[in-house]
Parts: sequence; structure tokens; C-alpha cells
Amino acid sequence: MDITTQKNTATPPPAPQPTEAERKRAARGATRPGDRIFLGLSRGSGILLLAIMAAIAGFLTYRAVLAISKDEGNFLTTFEWNTGTQPPVFGIAVLAYGTVISSIIAMVIAVPISVAIALFLTHYAPRRLSGPIAYVIDLLAAVPSIVYGLWGALILVPQMEGLFGWLDDYFGWTGIFDWQGGPARSMLTVGILLAIMILPIITNVSREVFRQVPQMHEEAALALGATRWEVIRMAVLPFGRSGVISASMLGLGRALGETMAVATVLSPDFLIHASLLDPGGGTFAQNIASKFGEADTFGRDALIASGLVLFVITLLVNGAARMIIARRKEYSGANA
Amino acid sequence: MSTVLTDKRPTTLRGASLPKWSPWVIAAGSVAVAVGIGLGAGLDSRIQWGLIAAILYVLGTYAIASMVEGKRQAKDRIATSLVWVAFLLAVVPLASLVWATVERGVKVLDVYFLTHSMGVVGDREPGGGIYHAIIGTLEQVGLATLIAAPIGVLTAIYLVEYGRGNLARAVTFFVDVMTGIPSIVAGLFILSIMLIFEMQPFGFAGSLALAILMMPVVVRSTEEMLKLVPNELREASLALGVPKWRTILKIVLPTAIGGITTGIMLAIARIAGETAPVLLLVFGNPFINNNPFEGAQASLPLYIYQQYSQSAGAEPAYDRAWAASLTLIAFVMILNLLARGIARWKAPKTGR
Repeated sequence: MDITTQKNTATPPPAPQPTEAERKRAARGATRPGDRIFLGLSRGSGILLLAIMAAIAGFLTYRAVLAISKDEGNFLTTFEWNTGTQPPVFGIAVLAYGTVISSIIAMVIAVPISVAIALFLTHYAPRRLSGPIAYVIDLLAAVPSIVYGLWGALILVPQMEGLFGWLDDYFGWTGIFDWQGGPARSMLTVGILLAIMILPIITNVSREVFRQVPQMHEEAALALGATRWEVIRMAVLPFGRSGVISASMLGLGRALGETMAVATVLSPDFLIHASLLDPGGGTFAQNIASKFGEADTFGRDALIASGLVLFVITLLVNGAARMIIARRKEYSGANA
Repeated sequence: MSTVLTDKRPTTLRGASLPKWSPWVIAAGSVAVAVGIGLGAGLDSRIQWGLIAAILYVLGTYAIASMVEGKRQAKDRIATSLVWVAFLLAVVPLASLVWATVERGVKVLDVYFLTHSMGVVGDREPGGGIYHAIIGTLEQVGLATLIAAPIGVLTAIYLVEYGRGNLARAVTFFVDVMTGIPSIVAGLFILSIMLIFEMQPFGFAGSLALAILMMPVVVRSTEEMLKLVPNELREASLALGVPKWRTILKIVLPTAIGGITTGIMLAIARIAGETAPVLLLVFGNPFINNNPFEGAQASLPLYIYQQYSQSAGAEPAYDRAWAASLTLIAFVMILNLLARGIARWKAPKTGR
């Protein structure tokens, strides 16, 4: 960063990026054998990445078709996962429901808090603090998911019982918060844990977006006598809306695919529970991790079939998020 | 910036405002009341105490501010307090996690634990260690890095130095999308290939899945670093008649090497904690297996999961899981700190 500033003072008009014409000229000059080999290597790596993506889709589809063709139940609507029986009956209905529900809970909790933390870092925290705090948020992202899982299962679950009792007492009548007792290894706990895990990525991307808000907009609002909150509502949030949306979708992608934290916390079954507090249900990733041990080859193919569905879902979510970001290229924080 | 502006306003034009220490007093008051309610109503969970305190604080601030300062200022204060509360809310789990891991992890973490494998120690018995898991993690992550780092760096070079047209756009887009692939899907991909060739689990299969997860991260960070290299350096080198590939190898890469190393180390830190692909492909093994190309291996994250899930609540196994977690977190954090250290240490050199 300081390179460019130094250079700027030395030679006034710097071109930070090679222009299209320069690149073309440079590429046309690639006639030496060394150049050809190097270009081939680097282009080959890029093509290899594309090939890997294609291979993932191809191989997963191939094994999935093997499994689904023998499935006696409806793959999309069956409430069972019996791959060892003759004939095998399995379906992803419960998994799809659990994945969506846990991710929704995580998003509902994580998005407002992350946006608030991002605002805290850019607009509220004392200057001296915001650097270290951002670093702490980064560390939160570096903690391995299995450690979150262990913490969730052994520390968070017992702590949740008080909250569950309270929710049951006052909101049990809604049906969603009806609690039969028993350990708090349910979708709500999973959602809360996922929310903690996706906080850092949403915070980081939103923070980058909020930093890009033109200073002029904020100062104009302040000059009109706006309070700090009014500045944020009128200048910062409208500017950052699309960035926050894509940040949320990146977080959603994480939550959908999270495996170990769900596998350790949830006590799974193959029913759809109306109550978020009752243990049970499952997610794609959790089901793969916990059913894998006892699965034979066919069982593994069936798990791969469910993994393919997860792959497609995350692909769509991430693709959409990246498209939104790509429309505003300046959000460099999007690589978090 | 906003504080500076408000401070410079002449005080005569200001309405009544709360003194600077008022948030602290309200906070202290609400915590005291929350503790009172918690003790009085017999609530066990500290989380509930905290939530009650937070709600009291927000409501109290709003009430007092709207009485003294007016509606708009009250809204501003409520936003400020909500933002603070959100931040504190996020700190609580992190603090709890670090505290729990350190407190419970140090119980069995000693030299014996680091230098012995589980061997014939039963799941529910005390004893045993994580030597085999450390070996497994180091080998799998090392091999994954050997695969992913060159491919990632070369792809980034392609995107920055050569890339144009549809291929570069496609690579950029799919690198972005690839960053979001769930780790378990990467594991399933390698698994589907292993099923076709009827292979048994082995360490290198896990490395391949980890490499898939690592590549896009390396590409992104390297790309950012290469873009920071000033174009004048490239032009000066090319003007001297140096071939483009030598320019990249001798000028561009050395200039950006600090940032690239940092990116790769952060990527290593990230894949070192991945459990799901290792669970599917490497399977776990209580004995020491130094050969990543044959036979099941252990790995640290997998060890934590298996100690947790196979012990049915036995205390010694939980202690081992926490100790392994502490080791893993320490490993990841050291990598993180080293990476940031290198970034800082190498940064001035890029200006040469």
C-alpha cells in the first residue's frame, strides 16, 4: 500500500493496473520458449481449477444417480434414511427442512448483530480500539469448526436449558417454542451456534462495505444536523445495502454447509418437528458425517446424492452472492 | 470525525444533553438490577442475567435520554447502545470458548500427552495422547499445501499477469464460488473417486480434499498481493529486455513474496481445522501411521470429534478432546500470528 504512495510522489501519473492494450502487447510478445512454458503452466492451473469444479459436479452426479435409481422411496419427499434395507428407502425431506431451518435461525441472529458490529467498528468504536477488535473478530473466524462443536455440545447446550425453559413458559403456546424437557440439542441451539460461527465473515465483508461510504455523504448529513444514527440510516445503510446482502449470503453459504458443529450438537432423528426446541431433525452435512461410519458402498452413494443437493444449493447461494458483489467491484473485502 | 464536529459546535446552540458518564452509570445500574432480578427469581443461567441486563440498559437509556434530550437524541443513543450490546454479545461466546478450552485443556496436556498415541487405550480410560494425530495432521496438511500452493499461485499469476477474456472471467468467478464449497462436499468428491476404484481410506486422499479447499483461498490472497506490485517495476524490467516469465519470477514474485507467504499460511491455518473431509477419507486410527499413502491415519480435528462422539460421556475422553482442541487452537493461532508477523516484517521491503 505504501509502495503506491511512494511511487505516486516519484512519478505523478501511475497506472496501477496494466491496461488492456498493454496486456495484449505483452501477451503477443510471448514467443520465447520460457514464456510459452510459463504461460502454459499458469493458464493450465487456471484450467485445472475449472476442471476440478466440473469434476466435482460430474463425479457426485454419477454416484448420486447410482443411488437414486435404486431408491424405492421418493428421494425428495421420503421421511426416512434406510440405505441398508432391501429395498432401500431414503429421502432428503427432513435434511432439507433441517438445513433450511437451522440456517434461517442463524441468519436471523447473525445478520443484525454482524451489521451492528461492522457499524461499531467503522462508526462507533474509539479509533484505538477498532483495530484490535477487528483482529479479535478475525480470530473468531480462525477457530476450527470442530472446536466450536465441542464447545457447543459441552458448554452451550447446558446453558441453553434456562433459555429453553423460559421460551417454553412464555411462548410455548405458539408451538414453535414448545419444549418437552430433555437436553437442548435442538435446531434452535444449532442455529445459535451457526450464528456465532458465521458472524466473522458477515462482519468482515460488511465492514469493508461501510468503509467505502463516501465521506462527503456522511459529512453532508452531519452538516444538516443529523445525529449519528440518522447519518447511518440515511447515508451508510443505503450505500451498503447490496454489500450487506451479499455478505449475508456468503454467511448463509457457510451455515448451509457446516458439518461438525451440527453433528456434535444436534441429536438427530428422521422426523420434522414443529417445535424448534425439541431435539431431532438433521441437516445434509450432519447426516453425512454421522451416517458415514456404518454405511456400506451403497449407503455412501446415497450420502453422496444428498451431498450433491447441498453442493447445488451452496453453489447457487454463493454464485448469487458473488454476482451481487461483482456488480460493485470495489468491495475488495469480499474475498474474506 | 463525528465527535470532532459535535465538540466544535458552540455549546449555546445545544439542547440539554446527558453528561458523558451517563452510559456507564446506566450500565452499572442495569447490571445491578439484573443481578437482583436473577437472584430474586432464582435464575441459574448467567446468559439470562446478561440478557436481562442488556434489555434494561437499552430501555433505561431510551427512557432517560428521551426525557432529557428529546426523541431524536434518544433514538441515537438507543442505536449506540444496541451497537455496543451487539459487540459485547459477540465477545461473550469467544471469551467463553477460549476460557473453556484453556481451563479444561490444560488438565491432561503435558509432554506425555504430546508424545504418545492412543494405541490400546480404551475410549473411556484415562491416558493416551495425540502424537499420532499430530503426525497425521502435519502430513496431510503438508501434502495439501504442496499441491495447492503452486497451483494457487500459478492461477493467480495467470489472472493478474496474463488473464483476459472469457477464460479469465470464468476462472475468477469459479474461484469465488469454490471458496464457498462446503468442506464435506470436497470430501464426498474424493470419496466418489475412491468408491469407483474401491480404495480404502488413506491420508493422501484427505490431503487432496484439503487441497481443493485451500486452492481458492491461495488464489484470492495471491491475486490481491500481485495487484499491489507497482506496474513500473514490470515495465522497467521488460524495457531492459528481460523476458516476461523472468520478469514475473525475478521481479514480481519477490516483491510480493511476503504477502503471498502470509496468504498461504492463513490458508494452512484454515484447512488444519477441517474435520469433515478427514472423517470421510482418512477415517481415523488410534495407532501411529507415518505413511500417508497407505492405511487409515488420525488427525487432530478428527481426534477431537472421535474422542467426543465415541466415548459416551466418559470424562477422560472429554479431557483429551479439550486438550487436543487447545493444541489445535494454539497451532492455528501461532500460524495466524506468524503470518501477520511476516506480512508486517516483509511489507516495507516491497517499496524498494
